Amino acid sequence: MTANGVLQLGLYLGVLLACVKPLGLYTARVYSGSAPLLEPVIGPVERLFYRLCGVDRSKEMTGRQYSVAVLMFSLVSFVAVYAVQRMQGWLPLNPESLPAVSPDSSFNTAVSFATNTNWQGYGGESTMSYFTQMVALTVQNFVSAAVGMAVLVALIRGFTRQNTDTIGNFWVDLVRGTLYVLVPLSLVLAVLLVSQGVVQTFDAYHEVTLLEPTVDAEGKAINTQTIAVGPAASQVAIKQLGTNGGGFFNVNSAHPLENPTPLSNFLQMLAILLIPAALCFAFGEMVGDRRQGWALLTAMLVIFVPLLVVTVMAEQAGNPVLAKLNVDQTDADSQPGGNMEGKETRFGIANSALWAVATTAASNGSVNSMHDSYMPLGGLVTMWLMQLGEVVFGGVGSGLYGMLMFAIVAVFLSGLMVGRTPEYLGKKIGAFEMKMASLAILFPCAMVLVGTAVAVTSTYGRATIFNSGPHGFSEVLYAVSSASNNNGSAFAGLGANNPFYNGLLGLAMLVGRFWVMLPVLAIAGSLAAKKSVPVGPGTLPTHTPLFVMLLVAVVIVVGALSFFPALALGPIVEQLQMAKSNLETSS
Amino acid sequence: MFQQLRTATLILIAMTILTGGIYPLVVTAIAQVVFPSAANGSLIRQGEQFAGSDLVGQSFSRPDYFWGRLSATAPVPYNAAASSGSNFGPLHPGLKAATEARISALKAAGSTGKSIPVDLVTASASGLDPHISPASAEFQVPRIAASRKMSEEAVRDVVRQSTAGRQLGVLGEPRVNVLRLNLALDQRKSN
Repeated sequence: MTANGVLQLGLYLGVLLACVKPLGLYTARVYSGSAPLLEPVIGPVERLFYRLCGVDRSKEMTGRQYSVAVLMFSLVSFVAVYAVQRMQGWLPLNPESLPAVSPDSSFNTAVSFATNTNWQGYGGESTMSYFTQMVALTVQNFVSAAVGMAVLVALIRGFTRQNTDTIGNFWVDLVRGTLYVLVPLSLVLAVLLVSQGVVQTFDAYHEVTLLEPTVDAEGKAINTQTIAVGPAASQVAIKQLGTNGGGFFNVNSAHPLENPTPLSNFLQMLAILLIPAALCFAFGEMVGDRRQGWALLTAMLVIFVPLLVVTVMAEQAGNPVLAKLNVDQTDADSQPGGNMEGKETRFGIANSALWAVATTAASNGSVNSMHDSYMPLGGLVTMWLMQLGEVVFGGVGSGLYGMLMFAIVAVFLSGLMVGRTPEYLGKKIGAFEMKMASLAILFPCAMVLVGTAVAVTSTYGRATIFNSGPHGFSEVLYAVSSASNNNGSAFAGLGANNPFYNGLLGLAMLVGRFWVMLPVLAIAGSLAAKKSVPVGPGTLPTHTPLFVMLLVAVVIVVGALSFFPALALGPIVEQLQMAKSNLETSS
Repeated sequence: MFQQLRTATLILIAMTILTGGIYPLVVTAIAQVVFPSAANGSLIRQGEQFAGSDLVGQSFSRPDYFWGRLSATAPVPYNAAASSGSNFGPLHPGLKAATEARISALKAAGSTGKSIPVDLVTASASGLDPHISPASAEFQVPRIAASRKMSEEAVRDVVRQSTAGRQLGVLGEPRVNVLRLNLALDQRKSN
């Protein structure tokens, strides 16, 4: 790694960690019912919401009612996004006269945005009108993120309450998370992004004159360039903050009008991990022991940092195939060097690799470089981070409740070792909680493996693979891993906008969202009904380095055992092929 | 359950008005008032028309222009209405072929340096990358100087004016804006 690379990565982690406490404290207040900072401005809007929608904010829900509310809201969201895409041709704010989106693509996109995955089978600037981007997609960027946070908060209440059957009011959690956390942060970020050159306009696409005219494949002279624009900044801000990741343009934040400068890049990267990291602190605050939150954040960093270093080094090492053509891939003050295929000059290696690791660690899925063109080891890291279940930071809310499932398994394992009933945060972990935690962890794993197997054994699944050999297998494995864990990034060579992949990946996204969320809410309800037991001499403390290492080990062992065989067929074989071709030429 | 469905629908409508209507409109209003050029695509005005965008690259193949990154957009390179990367894996034969073709083209145009900077022979992620590294610009300086009958130092002067360092001294990578550079070269000639 270059000195400047180390400096940039260090700066990023430093700024991120500095934001954890203030934002975490603020978020904890929002969900505990008080937020004095913005109350004078937002309070009236919040009360208007409840009045118009007929929500009685004092009415608490049981785990079951909370689940039904989540499902109903997701269903209505799905229907709305599907309908807007299908009627796009008749709706306003469509200066490019884009037609209705196909039924299978609309289904996939509606599932994708309602589940906070934001997988995109389509290219934004050539498919979606400004109306669809704003009214269908931007809205889901907000609310699907708020749903994730709401479910996390419901689970936390399961730990903090006792002898009750209620875990909060979903509508209140949804509205407060959106109004107090997501909207203010997005507003600030969007304006900062515009200052850097992210477009925000309702004008039609611009036509400019080329300095050097060119010819297309048929020999026709091309004198102009059409530059796609649109209301991008408002969507990009929440796409990053809400771990959504669905780009305004086809190439997402690699597009110079979606992410124009190193500063816009820094802000967008910060936004990826900002809320997931802060929620760890909020968790500690809400359970009344901040050390518990720091322990979980530490576990995440223990996995994150080494994988980041591996990726930066793999990409900086460059491609041996190009080295043989006398291409200079060494890093210097005057060039980034390394594997620059599918990367932007302004970001170079360090910022591309950092983004790739952050976006797959969190279930964000936005990209500022093309993951399909990564070196085998770099691609492996991004895939594996998703396969770990999106618990290393993970999605807003969903990452932390996923990590808490692993924490439950970790205390259970240590309970087995010493022969005591396991406890976590004062609640005894019984057979029911263990069953539910296992379901939440194993369902997405199974979906990845079965889905990949189905795709690579069917002719439809193989027909649209772009790269051949193990890299082609990686494209499919990446796609199903991404969908099943609600990430949304892709090895984009795979042609996924067809009925087969739109259907398969749509199903995977539903499994990844609700087969985790529903067991989590079941645990929340069950824990809330139990009484808290005081800490005794036999209680395993869950804020110590010992527990952090145990938790990390559980996450890694589950991830490694489940996915090593599949990864061996993809990036690991590719790495060996590369090493072999290197040996052959050097001998 | 019906009650929940009704509430869900009403909340989504209210959220749509706020986050899908008011929020983007407020951002647009601020953007258009405070940062009008940036909000509209950072276009470069030349007389009556636009010569391009500061942020969007264009395709160059003439020997007397600096060339940018390879672009994998279809049907023409640097198609700013359909951004795309190549998605070549590191061992894809197409990657090697594209790099070799670029190297031959550079040689044919008169760039004879031995070791070519990697960003000049690889495709960008967006297909619209407006920049190349300072090393890639320097690699092309002798060719530009020869075909424009300028001294290499004079060309380097123009390059320096189109070069940006790391933002705030640390962020990102040093880079040269290819379109700005070529416009500046043409400007110089017409003076």
